[in-house]
Amino acid sequence: MNFQAIRAIYIFEMSRFFRTLLQSFLSPVLSTSLYFVVFGTAIGSQIKNVDGIPYGSFIVPGLIMLSVMTQSISNASFGIYFPKFMGTIYELLSAPVNFLEIVVGYVGAAATKSLFIGLVILATAYLFVDLDIQHPISMICFLLLTCLSFSLLGFIIGIWAGNFEQLNLVPMLIVTPLVFLGGSFYSISMLPQVWQTVTMFNPVVYLISGFRWAFFGQADVAIGISLGAISLFTFACMAFIWWIFKTGWRIRS
Amino acid sequence: MGILSIQNACKTYSGGFEALKGANLEIEEGEIIALLGPNGAGKTTLISTICGVSSLTSGKIIVDGLDIATEYRKVRAMIGLVPQEIALEPFETVINSVRFSRGLFGKRKNEAYLDKVLQTLSLLDKKNSKIMTLSGGMKRRVLIAKALAHEPRVLFLDEPTAGVDVELRKDMWNTVANLKKQGVTIILTTHYIEEAEAIADRIAVINSGEILLVEDKEALMARMGQKKIRIDLDRNCSEIPPKLDQYELALSDDGMSLTYTYDSALDRTGITGLLNDLRTSGLNMRDVQTQQSSLEDIFVGLVQERAP
Repeated sequence: MNFQAIRAIYIFEMSRFFRTLLQSFLSPVLSTSLYFVVFGTAIGSQIKNVDGIPYGSFIVPGLIMLSVMTQSISNASFGIYFPKFMGTIYELLSAPVNFLEIVVGYVGAAATKSLFIGLVILATAYLFVDLDIQHPISMICFLLLTCLSFSLLGFIIGIWAGNFEQLNLVPMLIVTPLVFLGGSFYSISMLPQVWQTVTMFNPVVYLISGFRWAFFGQADVAIGISLGAISLFTFACMAFIWWIFKTGWRIRS
Repeated sequence: MGILSIQNACKTYSGGFEALKGANLEIEEGEIIALLGPNGAGKTTLISTICGVSSLTSGKIIVDGLDIATEYRKVRAMIGLVPQEIALEPFETVINSVRFSRGLFGKRKNEAYLDKVLQTLSLLDKKNSKIMTLSGGMKRRVLIAKALAHEPRVLFLDEPTAGVDVELRKDMWNTVANLKKQGVTIILTTHYIEEAEAIADRIAVINSGEILLVEDKEALMARMGQKKIRIDLDRNCSEIPPKLDQYELALSDDGMSLTYTYDSALDRTGITGLLNDLRTSGLNMRDVQTQQSSLEDIFVGLVQERAP
């Protein structure tokens, strides 16, 4: 294992994050505050409770997930796409590193950034609502798994993308709608029966549900199923990335 | 076996284009070899396959006794690559970019060594500057610094002076010569003949994916180099006297000079006979000049000779 290479990639990627720290920090704080003002206070005042949880608190897991998923994808996809775009990928391809080391470096850095953003949003939420996390360790584990799995997905998107438009295509057209329709701001039980069935095909439902369970001890889907779903998703992404490096798809001529 | 052995290397791209057609090349440790060829000859493809940027369709490449396909970690750790295009992260500083390269190739931090590399390349005063603020020549030197950051034994320079002004080109040649002194084996691709002529020990000529020849530079020029002798006449000559036909002279358009081409490697060049016959033909010489054919003439001749 080339630990020096992993360290080099990780530090190089994190330095990009620290260069734009203000933007990285302020952007999630601002958008989360806006969500709390609009959904939590304005609309939430009309809803009161969802499954016995005040609406303002209810949306916290969904809000964190929304940012963590989109940030993981965007950080990881940009991290690997930028060297492709600039031509510096040659260095990575000619270095004595295997696919695992490259993935650990890039995905590790992307997951760290989104974990930081997730924690910043959680801290911001405490300014607006009362929160009592029921299963803090499970909450951290879910958060980490989500950061990791969506960073892996972002890495795949970054390799697949041929231009900046494609880079934003999947997050914008697929992931954001799935997150919004995955119960970020409502309980699945609030939907009509037909839509409840349709929603169960949305993989994001399982992540948000599991994460919400860690917060409040209750969920739309059993916690075991949520864990299984996110583990399966992580494994599928890893397998796809292994195939990419084995075949050189989109990276090696 | 030398430090690098390329055996029957073939590369066909997915579109069907054959960039390498069974290239063979042996490179000795510590030498500078110039891979000379026109655009699209396969120079960059050959380098890319050795360095791992692209893969071979068939054939074998051995570096210091290790197969690049099976022992890629050990092999790549020995190799440094300076690409043709200036590919650098513009917002990063020089030192961070060079540190990244060293770490990527599995080497521990060594600031003293990196400072030495930057010093050699006249970049030390720019180590904390962002790459986007550097000139084109400096960026090219940053690429060399990155390639040297992990102390490679073999360095590939893909068109290192493309688009670089004359002064900087000579600086670059000095840098290459210094690296050779440190024992680094250098494989240089170029289509500047003068570059190969100035710094290489050996020349390999590649065209259409095939290595046409590999030879010591001096020997190549001596073997294939033709010399020309130009004889300026004191008066106009409308046609070459029949007595001089055997010399296959070329008469200039103005009829004021004759050019004789001969092989300098031969024992009998024919110069003495020509001068005697000139005198007896009634032609008087005003001046005589000799000219050595350049590597460029040899190269053009070779490429044209093998053209389909």
